[in-house]
Amino acid sequence: MSATELAAGAPHPPRGQAVPDAVLYLDGVSVVFDGFRALNNLSLIVEAGELRAIIGPNGAGKTTMMDVITGKTRPTAGVVRFHDHDLTRLDEATIANLGIGRKFQKPTMFDALTVFENLELALKAPRGPFSCLRWVLDRTSRQKIESTMAEVGLTARAHDRAGVLSHGQRQWLEIGMLLMQDPELLLVDEPVAGMTDQETEHTAALLVRIAGARSVVVVEHDLEFVRALGSKVTVLCEGSMLSEGSIDHVQNDPRVIEVYLGR
Amino acid sequence: MSASLAAPAPAGAGRMTLRLVLIGAMLVLAMLPVLNRLPPDSALHVSDFIVSITGKWITYAILALAIDLAWGYAGILSLGHGAFFALGGYAIGMHLMRLIGPRGVYGHPTLPDFMVFLGYRELPWYWLGFEHFPFAILMAMAVPGLLAGVVGYLAFRSRITGVYLSIITQAMTYALMLAFFRNDMGFGGNNGFTDFKELLGMPLNTPSARSTLFYASLLLLLGSLWVCGRVTRSKLGRVLVAIRDAESRTRFLGYDVTQHKLFVFVLSAMIAGLAGALYVPQVGIINPGEFSPGNSIEAVIWVAVGGRGTLVGALLGAFSVNALKTWLTTVAPDLWLFALGGLFVAVTLFLPRGLIGLFQKERR
Repeated sequence: MSATELAAGAPHPPRGQAVPDAVLYLDGVSVVFDGFRALNNLSLIVEAGELRAIIGPNGAGKTTMMDVITGKTRPTAGVVRFHDHDLTRLDEATIANLGIGRKFQKPTMFDALTVFENLELALKAPRGPFSCLRWVLDRTSRQKIESTMAEVGLTARAHDRAGVLSHGQRQWLEIGMLLMQDPELLLVDEPVAGMTDQETEHTAALLVRIAGARSVVVVEHDLEFVRALGSKVTVLCEGSMLSEGSIDHVQNDPRVIEVYLGR
Repeated sequence: MSASLAAPAPAGAGRMTLRLVLIGAMLVLAMLPVLNRLPPDSALHVSDFIVSITGKWITYAILALAIDLAWGYAGILSLGHGAFFALGGYAIGMHLMRLIGPRGVYGHPTLPDFMVFLGYRELPWYWLGFEHFPFAILMAMAVPGLLAGVVGYLAFRSRITGVYLSIITQAMTYALMLAFFRNDMGFGGNNGFTDFKELLGMPLNTPSARSTLFYASLLLLLGSLWVCGRVTRSKLGRVLVAIRDAESRTRFLGYDVTQHKLFVFVLSAMIAGLAGALYVPQVGIINPGEFSPGNSIEAVIWVAVGGRGTLVGALLGAFSVNALKTWLTTVAPDLWLFALGGLFVAVTLFLPRGLIGLFQKERR
């Protein structure tokens, strides 16, 4: 509907009227880098509590889409909304504090700090320098950190520096950091890259468990993993949406087979 | 202490040793002026020279601490911290000049000699208030803090980091040096301020003034150490380390990096300013040479040699490099700059964690 309206040149409808349950609303988003269209008129709606998988060949614009949502990249055109907030006008820190957490493709955390300290920094709490100076870890916060460590299986490594964790453990720690932020929307970029089959399975179960209370968008190459998520799938190609539906639906879509799966 | 950041869990014993060594070193320092009062033929007598030079080094150590807080923890490599030190020095220098009063060569009741010489009729407005000691001390913190706030805000907001930030701070101190060299700035041009008479009613250049300033410096060192330790051991300290190691990741966690960097940069500049304010009465002179970029770079080398990211390392570096400098500039003055450069290269190549790294266990 929104796409037709856009084509007709109508103003964008306020989010509330257009899609009642939408948490994230992208409409006609384009990003142009030096003439290269990384995103091309992309529209996407993620509803409250939804788990959504996004797949697509390399260069399809998956990471650029994440960058646009988290304020790292400004779109050349289009609407990006999180509830009633216009994300194209906000910076990374503000967007993160609105309740959008992001896990990066390459796990990034603070190597000089311990697992516990990494989670403590991610814990939802006042973020200003003076609040941080006065910060005292109370029992509730400690329990939150401990239960998250248990959830991602890092309890035994609580006081090890993040820099010495294995690749899989780093992925886990980063998911743990996301959970500490208690976000309403989680953007998870390639969570199972480099994981063993068992770890992959465990991750899928964890993400399914997390969704429901919050919305989760997962970008992934691994189709087995996407199937294990059992969620709606969006296929991106050359910066636009190619197909959307269940995993079986998109796997049988001739356009998808041509550009992605059939190769 | 701050070594806890590097090796949080297992270093308990090492940390205790370090703390004991630190306390011991402070006690030895505190004894120096007392030993100075012993009769000169006593075996334990410490010369005036040692007391005055150690007092100067203590102010250098405070400057090193300030640089380490910004660089070692938050990753802000300032090559212009000498400017904050010098501004603090000028603030107290203005107070000392006002105290000379009619005892100057020209005997003018209010105007310092250089102003009479340059034909000033009255005190420039920005000299008002400096006849009061508390005001001068306040300015020794406020002016460096304000400058750091403005420069830092503009730089951090525009996300200028790394070598570009270093160049900007270097340019800042160089610009200030050129400005202070000008006679019409009203700060004594290239001669700066000297020939001070007294401070807080106490004639300078007497043993009692020397030991008072020495103890004041030592107190400021302990105070700065406490403040820096308070910052680095808090969650703020961990946020700073996070910014140092992965600035953009810290932003995605919802931290306003600009605010945090600004906080630590301003705090660091204020500490440096206070250090400068204690330095000037001890050496008896302040001139624009203190703004020279070389001074700032030398101070950064102290921290690198001692070991950045550990507060004790900064102190160790300031004392050891300056001891080396004092010795070498007496024995072979021409060699000093080569030695300093060589030291920096050697530490970078072989001791990336500085001298303090020799005492720490391997990080695991």
